[in-house]
Amino acid sequence: MARKTTLYSAHIAAGAKMVDFGGWDMPINYGSQIEEHHQVRGEAGMFDVSHMSAVDVEGERSRQFLSFLLANDVAKLRESGKALYSCMLNKQGGVIDDLIVYYLDETRFRLVINAATTDKDLAWIKRQAGPFDLGIAPRRDLAMIAVQGPAARDKVLGLMPAEDAAMAGALKPFFAVQVGELFIARTGYTGEDGFEITLPGAQAHAFWDRLLEAGVRPCGLGARDTLRLEAGMNLYGQDMDEETTPLEAGLGWTVAMKDEREFIGREALEAQKAAGVPWRFAGFTLEGRGVLRAGQRVVTNAGDGVITSGTYSPTLQKAIGMGRIPAEADGTCQVDMRGKLLELRTVRPPFVRNGAACEGIL
Amino acid sequence: MSNIPEDLKYTQSHEWVSREANGNVRIGITDHAQEALGDLVFVELPAVGDETDQGDSVAVVESVKAASDIYAPVTGEVVAINEDLEDDPGLINNDPYGDGWLYEVALSDESELDDLLDAEAYEESLED
Repeated sequence: MARKTTLYSAHIAAGAKMVDFGGWDMPINYGSQIEEHHQVRGEAGMFDVSHMSAVDVEGERSRQFLSFLLANDVAKLRESGKALYSCMLNKQGGVIDDLIVYYLDETRFRLVINAATTDKDLAWIKRQAGPFDLGIAPRRDLAMIAVQGPAARDKVLGLMPAEDAAMAGALKPFFAVQVGELFIARTGYTGEDGFEITLPGAQAHAFWDRLLEAGVRPCGLGARDTLRLEAGMNLYGQDMDEETTPLEAGLGWTVAMKDEREFIGREALEAQKAAGVPWRFAGFTLEGRGVLRAGQRVVTNAGDGVITSGTYSPTLQKAIGMGRIPAEADGTCQVDMRGKLLELRTVRPPFVRNGAACEGIL
Repeated sequence: MSNIPEDLKYTQSHEWVSREANGNVRIGITDHAQEALGDLVFVELPAVGDETDQGDSVAVVESVKAASDIYAPVTGEVVAINEDLEDDPGLINNDPYGDGWLYEVALSDESELDDLLDAEAYEESLED
């Protein structure tokens, strides 16, 4: 029996086509995922992301615990509201999940974790937190709406009383602030500016309707995927999983290993670095017809690789993808597209920034 | 609820067939099919002059979600293809029975039209 967010009836009212996503009934589109994609790049769109979970970590040793739990270093978080993107690893260096951690104060941090991995993550976090005497509180009472696009912040601020708008308006990228009942973060998964707003579930529908009235268009998971891939952002479960280390998934930049900090998975990553990481993560585009898709075989001069995420890019009007290839591969790669080998262009993500192709992509 | 025009014929694999004034037959995919596929981004059509046999895979429509083969509902020679689909495959989504038509064929065997489903039979097949 699939779960529903508090915005379920809003999606139905807006004409959503619903699908099962990680055990949740979620909107894949409201008519055209391509139009929704363009709306976010051009103006503002909103996503119900309440299927994800906010988890509050509370206690004197919160910082110490998270320093051990996460591959990125929470020592970087000193200003209240500052956010950090990190992987959470198992002892073999495999990725359990990717998440964002917000520093609220010295005894309170908030994690935002993926929907499909929530149960697994919570069990792991609670187990690891044992010796630290902490409160681990999944916030299932909260809903989350992501408003994204060049006009997104203005639209949201326009709904708030002047004082609140001033606070939220002052947020720098990758910072959050609690404004009344709203936890507003200047973060997102689309490559556009915007806010991710966490609020009491009971208020979500009314807030959604006000955003609708302000001209923000509902957007579904289909658009969410094309937007994040254009922005070169990884998707857990596709680009990496428990069998993949961050070094194999293009996430080496999220692992802080320059100092002596002990964290779960560190030894395994050091061993992999010493032996040579066997896989390289790359971006690809395809000239001509065809859509890149997860699972497609990539042929290189050093053996086969795989597309881990692929789609059609509405902004570039061609297929884009990311994937793993053998570390020694050089020269051009090909993709096995339904039995035919087609030449790929290997590029460095992100593919799109500020609504246009990044340098070197086209 | 998908749209199923009364005056067309259909296949189980969601192609529609219409008889043109000049005796040729025009072919496309149904509203149900375009809705299931989502936004179409590429279309590969046969070439004018190609001989197509009933049941052959003759075209491919690709959406963000999946690529789907189109099967020839009738045998005949391809006499026209919808060139607008090259730049605007979304025509199939927006107007699957009109501007989103795929190709036209000069029918070799009239009796093949009897193999096709009428609107009611196609609608019933969707309920299965």
